[in-house]
Amino acid sequence: MQTTLPKKPVAEKTYCYHCGDECLFEPILAHEKHFCCEGCKTVYELLQDNGLCDYYELEKTPGLSLKQPKSSEAYEFLDEEVISKKLIDFTDGKTTKVTFYIPGIHCSSCLWLLENLPRLESSVISSRVNFVKKELTVAFQQDNVTLRKIVELLASIGYAPLITLEDEAKEQKKTSSPNRKLYAQLGVAGFCFGNIMLLSFPEYLGFDGDEEYLKQFVGYLNFLLALPVVFYSAQDYFVSAFKSLRKKFVNIDVPISLGIAALFLRSSYEVFLGGEAGYFDSLAGLLFFLLIGKWFQSKSYDHLSFERNYTSYFPLAVLKWVDGATRNIPVSDIKKGDILLIRNKELIPADGILISPSASVDYSFVTGESDPVNRTQNDLLYAGGRQQGASIKVLIEKDVSQSYLTQLWNHSSFAKENEKQYQQLINVIARYFTMAVMVLATGAFIFWWQQSPTLAVNAFTAVLIVACPCALALATPFTLGNAMVMMGKAGLYLKNTHIIEKMATINRLVFDKTGTLTYAKDGDVTLGGRYSDDELQAIFSVTSHSTHPLSRKLHEHLSQRFAQKLPVDKFKEIENKGIEAAVNGKVYRIGSPSFCIEEARVSTTEGNVVYLAIDGITRGLFSIRTKTRGGLKQVIQKLAASFKTTLLSGDRSTEQSLMKEVFPDETPMYFNQTPEMKLEYVATCKASGEKVMMLGDGLNDAGALQQADVGMAISEDVASFSPASDAILDARSFELLPTFLLFARRARQIIFVCFGVSFAYNIVGLSFAMTGMLTPLLAAILMPVSSISIVALSTVLVRLVAGRLKLT
Amino acid sequence: MKIIILLISISVVVAIVFLVAFLWAMKSGQYEDTYGPSVRMLFDDNIKKDENKTEK
Repeated sequence: MQTTLPKKPVAEKTYCYHCGDECLFEPILAHEKHFCCEGCKTVYELLQDNGLCDYYELEKTPGLSLKQPKSSEAYEFLDEEVISKKLIDFTDGKTTKVTFYIPGIHCSSCLWLLENLPRLESSVISSRVNFVKKELTVAFQQDNVTLRKIVELLASIGYAPLITLEDEAKEQKKTSSPNRKLYAQLGVAGFCFGNIMLLSFPEYLGFDGDEEYLKQFVGYLNFLLALPVVFYSAQDYFVSAFKSLRKKFVNIDVPISLGIAALFLRSSYEVFLGGEAGYFDSLAGLLFFLLIGKWFQSKSYDHLSFERNYTSYFPLAVLKWVDGATRNIPVSDIKKGDILLIRNKELIPADGILISPSASVDYSFVTGESDPVNRTQNDLLYAGGRQQGASIKVLIEKDVSQSYLTQLWNHSSFAKENEKQYQQLINVIARYFTMAVMVLATGAFIFWWQQSPTLAVNAFTAVLIVACPCALALATPFTLGNAMVMMGKAGLYLKNTHIIEKMATINRLVFDKTGTLTYAKDGDVTLGGRYSDDELQAIFSVTSHSTHPLSRKLHEHLSQRFAQKLPVDKFKEIENKGIEAAVNGKVYRIGSPSFCIEEARVSTTEGNVVYLAIDGITRGLFSIRTKTRGGLKQVIQKLAASFKTTLLSGDRSTEQSLMKEVFPDETPMYFNQTPEMKLEYVATCKASGEKVMMLGDGLNDAGALQQADVGMAISEDVASFSPASDAILDARSFELLPTFLLFARRARQIIFVCFGVSFAYNIVGLSFAMTGMLTPLLAAILMPVSSISIVALSTVLVRLVAGRLKLT
Repeated sequence: MKIIILLISISVVVAIVFLVAFLWAMKSGQYEDTYGPSVRMLFDDNIKKDENKTEK
């Protein structure tokens, strides 16, 4: 029989009332509202029953999509005391307090709902959100409710906490953030600066002759106010300068410390012995601006954690087989010889021997190859694989810390870069600057010595004071800090500001394919034909039993809609043909055209096509294609024009033709790359003097990301994804990549402009200082003005350039 | 004009009180979450049962 396949597009787009996602299938209608999946509907009903519908009043479609529900045992391990003990902050036997990190917190509705947790669960005493850190602190009565229940409740309303081994490290992190000290130093410096300036006003305007006692008093008071600035606010500069000198190396903090010391000593001398006012105002002002710059530079993205190791991807607990029953044990307690039960979709935490008859392991986490590998009894399974299908038993061969994956992560490239290897621009300049200043100061001292020793000392200290590289020290943090904020707004998050300097010097780009250039969620599935919900659910259930990559993609696609599987009978998988099974008395066939259509009348089609027949009647087809990122071709063309590019992929070379279209002809392409090979490649490029930037998804190419000068991870979901990288690029901003690289170069040029201006100030100031004619008044004017003008100049320039490049 | 010394001393003491207040506020974590409280103050305390919203 002949069938025409209706290609009817979805009439109009509907969006889910709860999460705002587009309904890909027939939307679920309930309470006069559309929902994209059962999960969203359930949450809505739960909120409605508890009178919590204000949730939808505060923001439009505030909910989080619940398309990937976790299995009911997912949080079973929280019942184990060993594990839950590590998570809770405090307990007195009745009340327990615990803090969760919830990446999903994103708007005021979230805040409202999470703080109303006691309404959903009466045993919760209080719950409070820290919006900036995306943390939720819950206090509950532990007699009535378990930690696991709380977590499951949070997960059921779409705010699943991220529980990783990192939480154990939280013990140390409980102390106050390093930023607090900086704030305190800044506060003290600002306070002293303001007061000293105020008290110095009479000095600027000139005292009357008989007000000598007042001058004395103001001088002493300024000295007192300067003490906390020098000994508290400036201590980090002294410490850092001291450390660098011990390493026989001059960094920017050396001249700064020298200037501060010279200012303080000379001012104290003048106040106590010389009857002059000194330069305390310049001193406090200088520190105040320096600390503002430092604070600006330290603005990191608190909610993105870049420093993660392999353990954060491992489950917290595993099921150990003890005397015929399973027990949850923490991953860190796994010993050689343990027998573990690995359930569907669980990660194998350590290398081991398969005891069960067969397993189908997805190693995409390690190799990037997304098709599962079949293993039979007594085969060795490597850590990092994910079991697909029925549960398997594994006899552990090595401890977690010695597994294949761990060894990869422990590769030498993960060792911290030492300071020597990479010298920031500013430190190179600082070295010459310091030398020049010392030479000039000594020269002035020797020159004036014959005339009068006092004048010589004055000239010597004046040179040190004026040449203090305040403007120089401010140019870098403000320019890079501004640039980092701009990039962050546009969707590129950097670990720190030095990354911008490194980005400016890149000349080779290395791309990973899967998840970087193509979507991680494999394939774009188009449904040809019309199906009822029941039929789709049946297809969803049937495909779940198959390990064929195409069935898995189809299953994944449908899992956005369904969570419940229907019972499947007579499941048959026929090699090179397809699968057949019965659901609700109907026979489903999914597979090749010859398998599903009696008289194959098919023209060849693009991509991978799967046909479907129900009860022998052909119903339609699904076409599955690998989706590349939008605008990929233009982006690569742009980049290839000014950088050398390479493609590395862990996949088989099936999609070479697709990639050939995108990249220029001469681009080297390597397929079937293991993580080590990727790492080696980057190392080779670096050895030949190239500056490499690697773009990956951060899982199987983590080693290469770390090895590269700049490792950038592309992520669909910035909050919940934290690889070991220097930068995280929001996938939506992928098209801006060439702009970001250009912007980094511009930022470096802006720094040079600021350096030029700052040198001009220094030359003017130094010429006065060398003559020994530097009056406190001149210093008081020149120093703050130079600092402020540099800050303003860098800020304005960065914003101008960002506007020109259309970054904002 | 000697009185000015007393006046200046008093003003510096007052200023120090403000500095201490700032440091205390920071230590007690008032700068940890700068967004939450601004939204929290807008929430209603009493819960409306929304019977009327289901009908459009």
